[in-house]
Amino acid sequence: MSIRKADVLVIGAGPAGLSASIEAARLGADVIIVDLNMKPGGQLFKQIHKFFGSSAHHSGSRGIDIGRMLLDEAKDAGVTIWLKSTVIGIFPGKKVSIEREMDDGTSELVTLLPEEIVIATGASENVIRFKNWTTPGVMGAGAAQTMINVNHVRPGKRVVMLGSGNVGLIVSYQLMQAGCDVAALVEAAPKVGGYAVHAAKIRRAGVPILLRHTITEAVIGEDGTVSGAVIAEVDEHFKPIPGTEETIDCDVITLAAGLKPTMDLIKLAGCELTFDGVFGGYIPLHDENMETSVRGVFVAGDSTGVEEANTALDEGRIAGISAAVSLGLISGSDADERRDAIWERLDSLRMGPFGERRKKEKDHLIGLFHEEVKDQRAFA
Amino acid sequence: MSIAECGYLTYDELKECQTLPSDERFERGPVAVIECVQQIPCNPCEAACHFGAIKIGEPITTLPALDAEKCVGCGVCVSRCPGLAIFVVNKTYTKDTATVSFPYEYEPVPKEGEEKTAVNRMGEAVCSGKIVKVADPVSFDHTPVVTIEIPREYADEVRSIERG
Amino acid sequence: MSERICEHVVLDVEPAGKKVSISVDGKEIEAYEGEPILSALLAAGIRINRYTVKRREPRGLFCGIGQCSDCSMIVDGKANVRTCITPVRDGMVILTQDGLGSGKEAAS
Repeated sequence: MSIRKADVLVIGAGPAGLSASIEAARLGADVIIVDLNMKPGGQLFKQIHKFFGSSAHHSGSRGIDIGRMLLDEAKDAGVTIWLKSTVIGIFPGKKVSIEREMDDGTSELVTLLPEEIVIATGASENVIRFKNWTTPGVMGAGAAQTMINVNHVRPGKRVVMLGSGNVGLIVSYQLMQAGCDVAALVEAAPKVGGYAVHAAKIRRAGVPILLRHTITEAVIGEDGTVSGAVIAEVDEHFKPIPGTEETIDCDVITLAAGLKPTMDLIKLAGCELTFDGVFGGYIPLHDENMETSVRGVFVAGDSTGVEEANTALDEGRIAGISAAVSLGLISGSDADERRDAIWERLDSLRMGPFGERRKKEKDHLIGLFHEEVKDQRAFA
Repeated sequence: MSIAECGYLTYDELKECQTLPSDERFERGPVAVIECVQQIPCNPCEAACHFGAIKIGEPITTLPALDAEKCVGCGVCVSRCPGLAIFVVNKTYTKDTATVSFPYEYEPVPKEGEEKTAVNRMGEAVCSGKIVKVADPVSFDHTPVVTIEIPREYADEVRSIERG
Repeated sequence: MSERICEHVVLDVEPAGKKVSISVDGKEIEAYEGEPILSALLAAGIRINRYTVKRREPRGLFCGIGQCSDCSMIVDGKANVRTCITPVRDGMVILTQDGLGSGKEAAS
């Protein structure tokens, strides 16, 4: 076991964590970023479509290219990146235990003593249960996306997608780019959840979008894996209507039922949480500097509420700058100038029929923080 | 039916929410048709146009507006739109035929001279057409822009080709 | 037929690692060094990774990012290895896991 000090520990090397580490390191902090995966970048490297947003968000670039750019920036800024490294404990006094897998397959336990911690652990996929939903061939849409776009292998040949949010729409499109067929996209709601342009892409490719429908059963084939999906119409309470069942041949069923913020480490750090439907589940209360109810513990990205890579990048930048303020590397007023500009950009992302709700909710949550936490911030 | 209900718009519905080129403008050659109908935070098309024909401004959730007089139908915006929602339509290709240029990010990418089945916004076969151009320069960043020649009467309907 | 993607408009799908061989339930399959074990299995059409403890139900790829443990197998004698986040090394010996992986699989 070894002990190491650092100015800033960033947990999670996705868009939020990387941008936080870049900002803090550029301001002179000694930054270590840890991630349990084999590769850094979080989910950016499976996003092979061109991103929306403004030029400040590298819009028009593909997620995968934004990921490469961030990695280069992090390396240039002198950020230390530990992969295959899992945080297994956060103890009083900001002692963090990390199990670090070495190249030869052995692992080492490291105790890290950071001054500041940024937690950017992202989100995980929700599940929808139906008969035989555990059968091999039923998987998260994100899992299928990882296989095709990161590992370049198809999870099967013919897919039925459940869920018409942006993930369901985009992954359907990308499955076809990988050479799979998408037999149908099934959505229980009476309307498409994601962006119209994403829906239009898969409609042009001939994928039927079956609204007011759900999957009631995965058909198990002779080999014990999925060979079909039974779908049915649903009533206004989303209950399947008997007699409307229909079987679609497929060997893959992908579930795109939304994401929920990953809270384990945020809870472990003692941050105060609140439940928020708009943002996908329990999330940490935080102020406009992305600092939580625990002094020196910052959060950013999907683990503060499920949004998108662009918002994660910007929240990460704010968290990185704020960590640098705590370290005394930048004055509060200089930091405010930078953070205000980023907030303005974030506001522009949280506009329109899709974003407004998130803007209102974020403002409300920050208000809640000031009411409930501000003066009673805990020390880690 | 709205786009949120079924994932596509009819041409008439599109006309209600987007500034489409006038019939008179279509008679003067290729021009962009922007099928972006929701206020989402996105503006690369504005910067993509070298002729200043696409305007979004602030906030970036504003729908893009095409100045059809400035548009020369070059198709750069077709490759740059992250939503793959811009097309170039040339109703003056020959007396009887039009061309439609659309983004196409599937394998196999068609080759010039090939006959393909043209499809509408719902993916339904409309007619057969000939691929007359496939543009895929580095600047398009892996979004090939395919141009298909089709009978003129289908110019407002055809938006892609059958996959494979 | 392999489910490896050979052509893609956006991605460079040329395998990065060296071509190696791994053994799965006694059968040799082709794999690329450094790719997740699960990828090599899917490419070879293998979709069942383990059977559950009580009901012996099959499980396979579900989350793909090391969170759910459905793709756990016995790798070089070690049980409960999440194959979606464990890279291939030449000559690995992999067994479909039965229950918690008592090691009986290796004998059978």
